Amino acid sequence: MYRYDEFDHDFVQARVAEFSDQVQRRLSGEISEDQFRPLRLMNGVYLQLHAYMLRIAVPYGTLNGKQLRMLGHIARKYDKGYGHFTTRQNIQFNWPALSDIPAILADLASVEMHAIQTSGNCIRNVTADHFAGAAADEVADPRPYAEILRQWSSVHPEFSFLPRKFKIAVTGAERDRAAIQTHDIGLHLKKNAAGELGFAVYVGGGQGRTPMVARKIRDFLPEADLLSYCTAILRVYNLYGRRDNKYKARIKILVHETGVEEITRQVEAEWQELKDAELRLPDADIRAIQAYFAPPALTDRPEGDQAVKLARLDSKGFSEWLDQNVVTHRHPDYAAVTISLKGIGEVPGDASDSQMEAVADIAETYAFDELRVSHEQNLILPHVARADLKAVYDALVDIGLATANSNLISDIISCPGLDYCALATARSIPIAQEISQRFASLERQREIGELKLKISGCINACGHHHVGHIGILGVEKKGSELYQVTLGGSADENTSVGEIIGRGFSSEEITDAIEQIVETYLGLRLNPQEKFIDAYRRVGPAPFKEALYAGETKAA
Amino acid sequence: MKILTANRLTDGIAVWYADGGWVETVGQADLAHDKAAEDRLEAIGAKAYADNEVVDVNLIDAEVVDGVVEPVRLREKIRAAGPTIRGDLGKQAERAA
Repeated sequence: MYRYDEFDHDFVQARVAEFSDQVQRRLSGEISEDQFRPLRLMNGVYLQLHAYMLRIAVPYGTLNGKQLRMLGHIARKYDKGYGHFTTRQNIQFNWPALSDIPAILADLASVEMHAIQTSGNCIRNVTADHFAGAAADEVADPRPYAEILRQWSSVHPEFSFLPRKFKIAVTGAERDRAAIQTHDIGLHLKKNAAGELGFAVYVGGGQGRTPMVARKIRDFLPEADLLSYCTAILRVYNLYGRRDNKYKARIKILVHETGVEEITRQVEAEWQELKDAELRLPDADIRAIQAYFAPPALTDRPEGDQAVKLARLDSKGFSEWLDQNVVTHRHPDYAAVTISLKGIGEVPGDASDSQMEAVADIAETYAFDELRVSHEQNLILPHVARADLKAVYDALVDIGLATANSNLISDIISCPGLDYCALATARSIPIAQEISQRFASLERQREIGELKLKISGCINACGHHHVGHIGILGVEKKGSELYQVTLGGSADENTSVGEIIGRGFSSEEITDAIEQIVETYLGLRLNPQEKFIDAYRRVGPAPFKEALYAGETKAA
Repeated sequence: MKILTANRLTDGIAVWYADGGWVETVGQADLAHDKAAEDRLEAIGAKAYADNEVVDVNLIDAEVVDGVVEPVRLREKIRAAGPTIRGDLGKQAERAA
């Protein structure tokens, strides 16, 4: 994985020193909150309901055991013994004292981590496919390009005060696991007919109060032009993006209001001025960054097949976990493992200090010291020999992280909601917990099959409800929490925004409503292979409306 | 009725104004029964903000239940108690201890 060079070390150390000084000056009263607020946000420090919150960057979701162990240490020493993994592949701590944040940042810097650009109207943490480098279906590892984008965008003077925040995602496979079409810029790494690497470029995706699916503005951008083209997009946005209204300031609104043809024309015109200048990536530089992401030396472990076969016979739990949480690796003797942070009835995305340390141990022992955070709020071991899967499973069972529910209805994305967040209008975690408990039976979940359920506690949509197969949005109505349901959203290569199905439900009703939707699906699917999203796309909302609201219409 | 709330600058912990100072529990918060009292609390909040004691200062709706002050809105109830999903954390845990 990427290792800091001297420049990175100096840069991060300088930022720690600078922000530590700013914190000291704030605590001594030398600078006011109005002066300090933008500074703390640039360093990932928010103020939430109960305390400050610190969001730490995990670039493209990649980290090693030492780094995860440090996150566990921070959770224990400075926080309340846990952290929350986020949909930007980052981690947040919910209780740090402002006065401790300089020490936390110094600890992070010691393992090449920081909290820079995890907030503010700048280019945020670039996300990538969590199976990058391991997936059997990718043309190349997208992370070197994410790293190039990270280096380019870090304190970029022209793009540090954009109209609004800006999010970029990269995938290297046809099957999009990075939700690129919900991003300001989505990059799909692919090969052209000549076998050269480049990108399909999407712009203007986003969620929030105005969800939009990104539009493709270029089918193939040569890899050398990555930075010049992104610069052209950002320049057009920086120049024409709206600054008069925060809710209309994202690039998606500019793309929508300007029209995709005109935006494309503007970007291409800007790019003509830039493409042959200093932003053109020298081949040697790309290869140098790629070298950092060289895959681990995966020696053949053909004994894995037999070991897995025997272990399956021995343990039903292992067998189920293997079927659900383990996916094919490009090397036949290896697999990629999803560590579910969605135990039944647990808080989605939360991990305790000791769980983080134990997972770090597992990664070091069995997974070439590589870990990923997925945007679906799970942890990933990208390279595990099949021969070691049973040992990994046993170690995960010991720490309560072997729930076999990846991509099932209890693998819920949930924002922190009103339990923590100052912007939230309703709670989301308790709803996630109740739904998870209602569908606790793994047998039932598997019968239902792939179903992405996503919950947000306000219209900002941090819980990605717009692109959930089933989405739940919590709002406040007349002083109470009300939950609106959307159906038919999706965040893969066929991205779609879900449709509101009808009136909302109270916190007491919502789990029953979800169950009714699921039962309706089970009753109408053509066969067990027809997934929820496919069935919904075939039949539309009518049968679900009927199931949820028919009684009311008749009564009325 | 209104009460004055904020978060303490140094650690961000939610606090309420009671009896001449900022306290960590809401139960005995000073109540403003009329506009004049609200203005007084607001001025206290503005000064504490300017003096860098607290941030995010707000006057919020409150009621008295069994002789104890309670916020009205769910958001403020959660601020006063802690996360509803983690009874072991926040003010509710400190009260239980």
